[in-house]
Amino acid sequence: MPIKENIHIKGTKDGLVFLLNDECTFKEILEELKDKLENSHHGILTGPLMRVTIKTGYRKLTSTQEKNLKDAFKSKGNLLIHAIDNEVELSNEKEKEKDKVQVVNTTIRSGQMHQFEGNILFVGDINPGGHLLATGDVYVLGALRGIVHAGFDGNEDAVIVASIMEPTQLRIANIISYPSEDGNKKENRHQFAYVQDKQIILESIHHFSMIKKGLDIFT
Amino acid sequence: MGEAIVITSGKGGVGKTTTTANLGTVLSLSGKKVCLVDTDIGLRNLDVVMGLEHRIIYDLVDVIEGNCRLKQALIKDKRFDDALFLLPAAQTKDKDAIQPEQMKKVIEDLKEDFDYVLIDCPAGIEQGFKNAVAGADHAIIVTTPEISAVRDADRIIGLLEAEKHIDSPKLIINRIKVHMMRNGDMLDVDEIVSILAIDLMGIIPDGEEVIKASNHGEPVALNPNTLVGLAFRNIGRRILGDSVPLMNLQQKKGFFHKAKKILGF
Repeated sequence: MPIKENIHIKGTKDGLVFLLNDECTFKEILEELKDKLENSHHGILTGPLMRVTIKTGYRKLTSTQEKNLKDAFKSKGNLLIHAIDNEVELSNEKEKEKDKVQVVNTTIRSGQMHQFEGNILFVGDINPGGHLLATGDVYVLGALRGIVHAGFDGNEDAVIVASIMEPTQLRIANIISYPSEDGNKKENRHQFAYVQDKQIILESIHHFSMIKKGLDIFT
Repeated sequence: MGEAIVITSGKGGVGKTTTTANLGTVLSLSGKKVCLVDTDIGLRNLDVVMGLEHRIIYDLVDVIEGNCRLKQALIKDKRFDDALFLLPAAQTKDKDAIQPEQMKKVIEDLKEDFDYVLIDCPAGIEQGFKNAVAGADHAIIVTTPEISAVRDADRIIGLLEAEKHIDSPKLIINRIKVHMMRNGDMLDVDEIVSILAIDLMGIIPDGEEVIKASNHGEPVALNPNTLVGLAFRNIGRRILGDSVPLMNLQQKKGFFHKAKKILGF
């Protein structure tokens, strides 16, 4: 009998939850699992049909490992594997949720203020005196002539992209820039703004992939 | 059942009242029955521009408070036989004297008898504005080629979007100084239209004759020989549904210029 328990079994109203330790080898898990299914918990494991959820913690199983696990359960006909979850994928899904883009189409006119959670693809114009706030990135398909505040809850990694970049002001997190004071009106098409050394930098959109690497918002 | 059109701008002094007076003149000359309504309570001007100040007995507030019947307050403009009437604003009260619902009722009643009800809106976005737009079906935004006027027009368009009973507003650009626009010293028409993103209903050049006409109480549109008068007549025709090309404000070119153009110089 192993002294250290690598598998904990919990009963919930949806069935059994097997919590697998993610700090030991998979072989140890498998042996202990077989041992437990064969030898102990006779009362619980031989009853009526049970749904089983397996939680592997931060361990991501390979397909062979998954198959081994399923085979071990098959020896007990009444245990039906419902799901195999791991924390890595769950948190990935949360990340993906964060990277999703919400499409908004309207015109923001002087005196109007729109506020959003997450990333925004804004189709339309933001006129002088209009405000657009988002906790994530802001992509403007149209003319940005008013104020855009990206990452307004403090996210300095947020960017602002615009087809026509003539803003009154740009804000990312708590950094503010006044691009219109530079009077650089000629090269204002297809630009994006990002934060570097606590300053907002404007760049041509050609360099966007270099700055915002690994951005997989459309997946 | 007629149509009610509110003429508004946000900013003061861009020519709302002049536009109202002249469009009323043009529409009634085309044989339509028109009523002008001044909603600028406390700062009324439309009666002065129309030259009807001396004939005011009852006003808008009297109608709403029930001191007179609606018909009693209407002033007939004798220059246009039975085609143009004015409902003047009160001068001794202020904008809070009436409510949007009451205004709506008055406009509904007027629409029964008239083809067009033109509502002259006060400057600003407060009570007066809310009263003026309450009964309107359409809106005309007047702006001038100045950045502050365009900014305010944009704000007004945004506020009108919330008024579901009014369809998409139309734009009039007033006081265009042709030489300044040509030199790029003034916002040009395309730039204004691209910012405001609404349909352009007409452009009106700047002209000294407008001030002169206002001072005499005679709308400038009565005189078709002036460029400004012609511009208002064009807008009137567009309201009636005609398709009229935008006025070419460039100076008339001489024979030699035309010849050169044909020859390709």
